[in-house]
Amino acid sequence: MIPPDANAPITSGPPRPGFSPRALVPFYVARFKIEIATSFAYRGAMLIWLLSLIVQPLVSLVVWTTVADSQGGAAGGYTASDYAAYFIAVMVVNQLTFMWHMWEMEWRVRTGFYSPILLRPLHPIHEDIVGNLSFKLLTLVPLVPVAVILSIVFDAHYPTTVRDAIAFVPALILAIGLRYMVEWTFGLLAFWMTKVTAFYQLFGSLSFFLAGQIAPLSLFPKPIQTLASVLPFRWTLSFPVEVALGRVDGRGIAAGLGMQVLWLAIAIVIMRLVWSRATKRYSAVGA
Amino acid sequence: MRSSTPAITVRDLRKTYTVPEREGGLGAAIRSLVRRTTREVVAVQGISFDIQPGEIVGFLGPNGAGKTTTLKMLSGLLVPTSGEARVLGFTPWERDRAYLQQMALIMGQRNQLTWDIPVIDSYQLNKAIFRIPDADYKRRVDELIELLEIEELVRKPVRNLSLGERMKCEIAGSLLHQPMVLFLDEPTIGLDVAMQRRIRSFVAEYNRRTNASIMLTSHYMADVEALCERVIVVHHGTLLYDGDLPGLVDRFSPHKTIVVEFEEGETIADERLASIAAAGGDVVARSEHGLTIHAAKGDTPRVTGQVLAAVPVADLTVEDPPIEEVIERVFASQGAGDQTGEPTAAMVPS
Repeated sequence: MIPPDANAPITSGPPRPGFSPRALVPFYVARFKIEIATSFAYRGAMLIWLLSLIVQPLVSLVVWTTVADSQGGAAGGYTASDYAAYFIAVMVVNQLTFMWHMWEMEWRVRTGFYSPILLRPLHPIHEDIVGNLSFKLLTLVPLVPVAVILSIVFDAHYPTTVRDAIAFVPALILAIGLRYMVEWTFGLLAFWMTKVTAFYQLFGSLSFFLAGQIAPLSLFPKPIQTLASVLPFRWTLSFPVEVALGRVDGRGIAAGLGMQVLWLAIAIVIMRLVWSRATKRYSAVGA
Repeated sequence: MRSSTPAITVRDLRKTYTVPEREGGLGAAIRSLVRRTTREVVAVQGISFDIQPGEIVGFLGPNGAGKTTTLKMLSGLLVPTSGEARVLGFTPWERDRAYLQQMALIMGQRNQLTWDIPVIDSYQLNKAIFRIPDADYKRRVDELIELLEIEELVRKPVRNLSLGERMKCEIAGSLLHQPMVLFLDEPTIGLDVAMQRRIRSFVAEYNRRTNASIMLTSHYMADVEALCERVIVVHHGTLLYDGDLPGLVDRFSPHKTIVVEFEEGETIADERLASIAAAGGDVVARSEHGLTIHAAKGDTPRVTGQVLAAVPVADLTVEDPPIEEVIERVFASQGAGDQTGEPTAAMVPS
């Protein structure tokens, strides 16, 4: 047993800091500057990433507008112009909600990258959040003109009302937060398994369908739609897109925002539980 | 023992890793899909010690002895299998934010600076992470830059620095929050002698200025001899010795080395050599000009007497064996059943 006198803190070090979001501001600012500087150093790589974010929805767009045209102008309740609007909106919302840290988790755990990070008096998720936000901010600049040009070329139809535009803002922010929490937490599987990218791939494919990336969810059979709405997938991408395109009524918007808040709260609780278990398992290999 | 409260208290600390195990080959790989066999590896088996505020303690042992595992537990990176530890009043692996703000673990081969940006930007980031007040930050960063002589380096991106330059910058970055407990794991590994010496004197200076407690592992005995009054020796995860350096030599070294230089033109007769041997002297080297003799500690005065009587002597010294040799012997004598290959090789500076 350790003698009781050893239990008292014995140095006059800094006082115990409580958690306050305001204390994070200097970190976010400093880290943001670094991220921007680094991104400019690797602007070539960033442009290629951006390109990959554009190409995939563009392929879906071309396929579905062709289908709609071949079916006499509309398929599944969407005209060719509706499809164009849908996939351009998916492109923008996906760019704003996507995250890649899940794919880095395996490498981080395997190489001992986490060792110095775990010993900082700051949750590692903050660093990833800044990295993610700065990437989005930088890639949004070229993406917006791309979206405008594509809208003109494909004659996209946006029946967006003022109510839809206003509701889109919280729906988008909640989608960003939710997708981030879900995928970051899923990435923590790497603490239990050394080769985990196959699971990430599976998760990514599920998300591809159930979040409405490959086609509007309303085209899927009812059970699939239900599954996408009960699980967090729809709320991470499809929902803000549907809101922006005026496909959700007032009650639907309220219920959808409620689901997003609920899932976000659940995801944060699960993240904290999983994180504390993950770090107990951490074996700090290679370092 | 001093009466003050220890900065570090460790009681019966253990760490066992569970590692998957299978034989080589495709067959074994397929079998392991169905049934995974694992093996328990004991890295640290029940060590206890106290370290006082301001102490610098050398933590010695061959590769795989459990040194790094112990430092990782004390810094909060690893959760022990059992046992207790208190550092500055905190249980390290709870990773209390207040604890992490007073502690630093510096590992010679680990990079905490951001690769692509100038060093000083990483320092700014650490300032934000550790919430260092502006005035303190400015004073400390100037002080560390001066002490480590890195003013030329801090504007360069980390990727453009040499290993030694990077290490100095890493150390400065890890000390900006002025930790009161410092764990240094091989801080001088891979560095040239001049750089090792500079880092050594810096560590001593940091300790003098802040009264921080420091635990240091190194394969270079020069680091330990220069910095540590006290050493803790571990082997196979157990504590072999805890005390001062001369005590370690006393306890583990059975002999002293007597080096004799003859007067010009003199030599020694064979029967005289026999009398030295009879007194307990073991002549390990003989040349035209002198002798090197090993003698048990108790026999040393008698052997020296015999040498002086045997031949006119120009110079005679009696030395303890080099500390490397002592440590090597400690591990060799404890090495029966060792699984880490050559336990002693690690202690010999290259």
